[in-house]
Parts: sequence; structure tokens; C-alpha cells
Amino acid sequence: MDLVICEAIKKDRENYLLKEDLPVPREYEIEGGLEYEPVKYIEKTRSYYEAQGFDRAYKWSDNSAIPWHQLSKPLSECNVTFVVTAVPDGTIPKLSRQGGSFALDEIPETFRTDELSWDKQATHTRDRESYIPMVALQQLAAAGIIGSVSARYHFVPTEYSQSNTLNSDAPAIRDACITDEVDIAILVPL
Amino acid sequence: MTARELESHGIATVIIGSGFDIVEKCGVPRYLHNDIPLGNPLGHPYSATEQYESVASALELIEQALVPTIRFGKVKWNEGEAWRANYMAITDANREALRLAGIENRRSRLEQIEKGEKR
Repeated sequence: MDLVICEAIKKDRENYLLKEDLPVPREYEIEGGLEYEPVKYIEKTRSYYEAQGFDRAYKWSDNSAIPWHQLSKPLSECNVTFVVTAVPDGTIPKLSRQGGSFALDEIPETFRTDELSWDKQATHTRDRESYIPMVALQQLAAAGIIGSVSARYHFVPTEYSQSNTLNSDAPAIRDACITDEVDIAILVPL
Repeated sequence: MTARELESHGIATVIIGSGFDIVEKCGVPRYLHNDIPLGNPLGHPYSATEQYESVASALELIEQALVPTIRFGKVKWNEGEAWRANYMAITDANREALRLAGIENRRSRLEQIEKGEKR
């Protein structure tokens, strides 16, 4: 994003001159710093699948414009949900899994994670709260920092097919969030 | 992609994750990056403090950011840095095993598809 445009948008938002949800070019402000360069997962994944004999490299989602919605009320009045890629119902075969919405008060103690790609050498997923933000959100709601935790959370499968996510899973979650009057969604990909 | 869909329909979103390049490329409005191994995006297993702070910081980002923003989270991996090189490493020791795993992977996918276990 052109820095001039970025600064202009920021200034207009600060002064409440820009209220529309305009998409903006992909250019980020960075807060904080890192000791090490982040791991290049795209490169690593490409080589790894090549070594497994897959001939077509996976195409990661790549977008030049970013949708934007500016929150219009304080956090303390917001209904917050979360979207995860860990699998709530591990009995459904991997290729059949679809995005869906589930009652928070029936959340499983453990989610299925063994078929997802994560660092099984360096860590483990035995603590659900290391990838499901439920208890943290409930504490934030109890402290009055957010208004409420939505009655449903959402699952989106990690899919080879981008079109399944774009045309089926994401719209289903969108509709559920609109029904549930969600203001904020925290997405936690494993 | 889901964040982009929600954001386009008036729901403010933030991602908390550990796959910097993947999320950055996708183009999401707000991203809290914890620079630790994939598997515990909110913080170490059983560290309720780290997990709470990640979620609180992500919400703060929603409240404060006026343009697309990436915030580096405070969670640090204290168990050494070997994971960065080890993850998905291809070496002479595992090359043949990977080739065989690929064959098995394709066979098992095909089997699932033939059984109708697909969308």
C-alpha cells in the first residue's frame, strides 16, 4: 500500500472522516519486533510435498486488497466469537469435513488435531486452551472487558480446495455469525 | 479467507497464529503473531497467563488499529530455537521415508474418495 494512502486513511479514521468499510491495499503496519526471522512455512511446505512426490505445488491464498471493518462500539459492548481449525468432531473422515457452528456449552474437552500440520516434534496439543480461546474469552467477559462470548463457536476445516472454503465454509460461518449478532471474531488457525 | 469473508460483512476480525508468511500473504486485516512452533498459537500449553494475554492483546488490536496491522506477540519459546530448522526438514535420513509417505498419502486419499468419504 502506498504509504501516503495508508497515512491518509489512518488520519481520516482517527478523525472519524472515513466511516465506510473500504478495502485497502495489502500493506501492514508492524507493531513490536522479533528476535529471529519468522519461519518460511510456504517454502518449507513446498519442498516437503515435493519430497513426497506431489507434482503440483499448493497455491496459498494471495490477495492484494484487504477488507476492513472499523468497530463501531466499545469492546465492552461487543459479542465475541472464535473460529478454529482444530476438529470438534473427529469421527467425520478428513475429506468430508465441512465448516460449521457449534454450541459453546457443548464444547469437547479435546479437539482432534493429529491430522493437521503442526510441529509434533517441538510441542503437543494436550492443552485445549493453547489453541481454543474459550476460557480466556470467558474471563474477559467476566471482567467486563468484552460484552459477551457468543453462544456458538465455529470450525473451518483446513482444505486443499480454496473454493470449498471461499464458497461454502466461510459463507456458512458468516451467516451463523450474523444470526448470532457477532461483532468480533477471533480466528485461531492451528 | 474466512476472516476476509467476515470482515467484508461487518464483523471485525483478528487472527492469532504462528504462520507469519501464510497469514501475511492471505491479506487479513489484523494479525497477532506469536513466533513459536505451530500447534499452540495462543501460547505454551498450560500457560493460562500467556493464553489470556494473547487473546486480550488481539482484542486490543481490534480496538486500536486503523489500518491493516501485524502485532508481534510477547510469547517466547524458551525451549531453544532448533524447531525453526527441524520443522519439515528434509535430510538424507528421511528422504526415502517421505517418498513412501507420499505414496501412502495418495493411496489413502484415493481410497477415501472411492468410499465416497469426500465433500
